[in-house]
Amino acid sequence: MTAVLQILFDALSVGSIYALGALGIALIFGVMRLVNFAHGDYIAFCVFAMLWPSLDVVAIVFIGNLPWFLLIPVILGIGAGLSIISEILVFRRLRDANPATMMITSFALGFVIHNVLLMFYSSRPKAINLWSNLSLPVEIMGARIPLLQVITIVMTIVILLALVTFLRRTQFGVEMRAAAEDFTMARMLGVKANRVIMAAFGVSGALASCIALILATQTGVADINMGLPVMLVAFVATVIGGLGSLHGAVIAGFLIGGVSVLLQVFLPLEARPFRDAFVYSAVIASLLWRPQGLFAPKSSKERV
Amino acid sequence: MLLSVENITVRYGRLTALRNFSLTMEQGETLFVTGPNGAGKSTLLKSIAGVVAPVTGTIHFHEQDVGGQPPEGIARLGLSMVPEGRHVFGSLTIEENLILGAGMRRDKARMAENLASVYDLFPVLSERKDSHAGVLSGGQQQMLVIGRALMTEPQLIAIDEPSLGLAPKIIDQVYDTLTRLRDERGLSLLIVEQSTTRAVMAGGRMVMLRSGELVLEGDARELSKGDALNAAYFGFEEH
Repeated sequence: MTAVLQILFDALSVGSIYALGALGIALIFGVMRLVNFAHGDYIAFCVFAMLWPSLDVVAIVFIGNLPWFLLIPVILGIGAGLSIISEILVFRRLRDANPATMMITSFALGFVIHNVLLMFYSSRPKAINLWSNLSLPVEIMGARIPLLQVITIVMTIVILLALVTFLRRTQFGVEMRAAAEDFTMARMLGVKANRVIMAAFGVSGALASCIALILATQTGVADINMGLPVMLVAFVATVIGGLGSLHGAVIAGFLIGGVSVLLQVFLPLEARPFRDAFVYSAVIASLLWRPQGLFAPKSSKERV
Repeated sequence: MLLSVENITVRYGRLTALRNFSLTMEQGETLFVTGPNGAGKSTLLKSIAGVVAPVTGTIHFHEQDVGGQPPEGIARLGLSMVPEGRHVFGSLTIEENLILGAGMRRDKARMAENLASVYDLFPVLSERKDSHAGVLSGGQQQMLVIGRALMTEPQLIAIDEPSLGLAPKIIDQVYDTLTRLRDERGLSLLIVEQSTTRAVMAGGRMVMLRSGELVLEGDARELSKGDALNAAYFGFEEH
């Protein structure tokens, strides 16, 4: 029983990170048909934003020393800000470009952010001590679960519920969902393109900073490449979930998290190093079964 | 003058979809734009709605130059577009589809008023207001998009092939509604149809396009009396 509980919490907390990442990518894809590969670098940027720029081996924690009730909004603001700035400076000019051009541009933007971090912080991973007492375990029904896992899962649920409420209950949220489904038609009803796209980038960037906070606490390390694996899995999740479907992205994120944790536990020892090969085999199987994704929006067929 | 299109030319790459086309509409008028497939009818509506940009020519709405305005700007001026294929938001509920049209005006009271009047016009929408719009039949979707256009409080509704894919009985209902809106609310209507039948039935002014050019203009009923209509539609040479 405790083992099952342990696995469940592992799966949910890994899945939470993927779900938040997939949601951040799906939000922007919905309104712009852009797969933003710079998303992973937003995550790294938010982690390093907590440190003072220096090439030293030892991290000089700066913003990261703020009490949590200040640190969280500041980091969320940095993520949202970075994302909105990249929309205004880069993606706005490419709005009518074809999706391949936009995707390549997002790669380029990712490299720029990556190299800026490299310049100011060097490529060496640095240890940071963010909320280290959160790694202490708590006992839930006999299982010893790290407090951080519980917080990650609870926070993800809160974030998802808040987003769902926003998207369903507010006029602006309805406008965003409409824009994600059929952007031109939404504009012909008076929905302002710039506002909706900027909001999507803002929320997406804030989601990247949530991941940054979780990863930094979990690993205790600031690494320039730390966003990349999350970004890749999150992208895969948006494809499996059905590009353009927000709830599909979230569910697929949790699915991938669950599958990789289960494989980690149940694969024979000698096969475990190749866990990701099994995960991606499952991904291929899922795409062969439903190439349009598990939760493809009905309208996506009409659009070309 | 409500709408004035002057000498617009629209190109998609090397293909000219509309050549030197002009058109005017008065307040309260119903104008039919007809013509065969690929004549440039939808392109005309898209240019008026700001979705495609003409390479030359001007478009004025209420004497105001709307060239270069984005679609949302034109919608805010009181021109509501119902594009071909209806474009309901299938993942939104019927009510959400409707309130979307009211978003540009942050006026809750007026929105509720307009919503009530749309439900009054189409009771079937009110019965199913919380179901997803994707489950509606073609005719109901057509009602929904007309209702959604009304929510923007337009002066002109431009509607692209309202009869497309609908049963004749349903088409009659759609046209009854449009005629009522014209007569009771003084709404101006710009209706695109492939066939001239509806234009002749409804009466009023009609223009006909073929291969991106204006080939015929006049009173639909007058035009239907001779052979001119068919000749222009199919492009027969006169003997």
